[in-house]
Amino acid sequence: MNGQHFSIFSVLRQALAGQTGWQKMWREPEPKPEYDAIIIGGGGHGLATAYYLAKEHGMTNIVVVEKGWIGSGNVGRNTTIIRSNYLLPGNIPFYEYSLKLWEGLEHDINYNAMVSQRGVINLYHSDGQRDAYARRGNALRLHGVDAELLDREAVRKRAPFLDFDNARFPIQGGLLQQRGGTVRHDAVAWGYARAADRRGVDIVQHCEVTGITVKNGQVLGVETSRGPIRAKKVALACAGNSSRVAAMAGLRLPIESHVLTAFVSEGLKPLIDTVITFGAGHFYISQSDKGGLVFGASIDGYNSYAQRGNLPTIEETCEEAMALMPALGRLRMLRQWGGIMDMSMDGSPIIDRTPIQGLYLNAGWCIGGFKATPASGFSFAHLIARDESHPIAAAYRLDRFATGRLLDEAGTGADVTQH
Amino acid sequence: MQIPCPYCGTRSHEEFSYGGDANKSRPTNPEFGPDWVEYVYLRTNPAGAHRELWYHGAGCRAWLVVERNTLNHVIGSVSVLERP
Repeated sequence: MNGQHFSIFSVLRQALAGQTGWQKMWREPEPKPEYDAIIIGGGGHGLATAYYLAKEHGMTNIVVVEKGWIGSGNVGRNTTIIRSNYLLPGNIPFYEYSLKLWEGLEHDINYNAMVSQRGVINLYHSDGQRDAYARRGNALRLHGVDAELLDREAVRKRAPFLDFDNARFPIQGGLLQQRGGTVRHDAVAWGYARAADRRGVDIVQHCEVTGITVKNGQVLGVETSRGPIRAKKVALACAGNSSRVAAMAGLRLPIESHVLTAFVSEGLKPLIDTVITFGAGHFYISQSDKGGLVFGASIDGYNSYAQRGNLPTIEETCEEAMALMPALGRLRMLRQWGGIMDMSMDGSPIIDRTPIQGLYLNAGWCIGGFKATPASGFSFAHLIARDESHPIAAAYRLDRFATGRLLDEAGTGADVTQH
Repeated sequence: MQIPCPYCGTRSHEEFSYGGDANKSRPTNPEFGPDWVEYVYLRTNPAGAHRELWYHGAGCRAWLVVERNTLNHVIGSVSVLERP
């Protein structure tokens, strides 16, 4: 394996050497004319796919092409939450596998991603919601996933600063997944990039795909801003831009792109030592290790590629924050930013082949792609290398919208604003 | 983002509900088939000019056809949806 290994000894050695011996974490190669596989999109999912292709399947003659710099998209624009507390049988094993990969990730890729299993508490505010969460918790435990239904006093013990007696949305309790938590999001992109690069994967930044070459139903390569690259396998991991890239191969996807805004407050001393979600709306909050409160709510709710949202959503997010935790009213907001979500029509992702031979699709992550990064890369690599779905991602088929095998966690139908 | 409603004037988009792509047309064929999959699930999802529906629920309650650029949210023409 190439490159430097990080350890306590390398830190001490560099401390004595005045920090002069650190190497670049990945190379900046020129793209070769041909590879065994091309991955379009140097975000978390694309880089994880490259890493697992090299590690699990021995495919090292591959390239990740990224139009900007790696990690410039949603992997650096999310609220860093990881969890596996889904409901449907097609989803739970996938997200649980992802959580297990998170638990071993840092040793696996030799990189500190600050994985912190500080727990995720989904609050409930009514008897009906309690029953729904109990059902979810039972579904999780039947799959061997940890879940604990907390009553009001147990939540109060963990988070005394919440507004338990809110007139409209009193807090009755919460569903806790203790193994959930947060991860330093940028470090996930950097860690996977470095680990893939050490195994020989080329990562080519500032290389925009402008066309996909298809002949007789077989993909032959891509056109890029840095020239053509040939490969018999081309894999799309383009998140919010999936529809645009797939259209280059003549495909229409069951996806709309929407903007989701994330927020961070000014830094403050440790306050929230877990992740809390508001059950009477759609709001989630945690505290970063730098001290800022990191939070977000829903998508703006109209097609957008703008990477910035509008004021009504910001206002609604702040209203939810105040309903949950009135003390937040004393805080100043530091900044907010938008990411472009690939909202699938049933709220669940797609990891599948396409009607074009050799063209693979990884898309439709809606607002929850970050937590899925390891399992997404792992199962997408399996699909690309072996041309068959990995069992954990077997339900994420592209044709499910025609066959009716939908994975609609929220049960709201083909309206992406409800997912 | 503000939408110039032909009846009510320029209003914040929070007064409106989004109705999605205005170019879709509902299949006349009552049997489920590829045309229904196309109508219900598939989207062109362009980056740039988008013809879309908005319902002015907190105003005149008209359905509008809005041309909006999805790259920068700039709104072009707005017209009232004609009844079929």
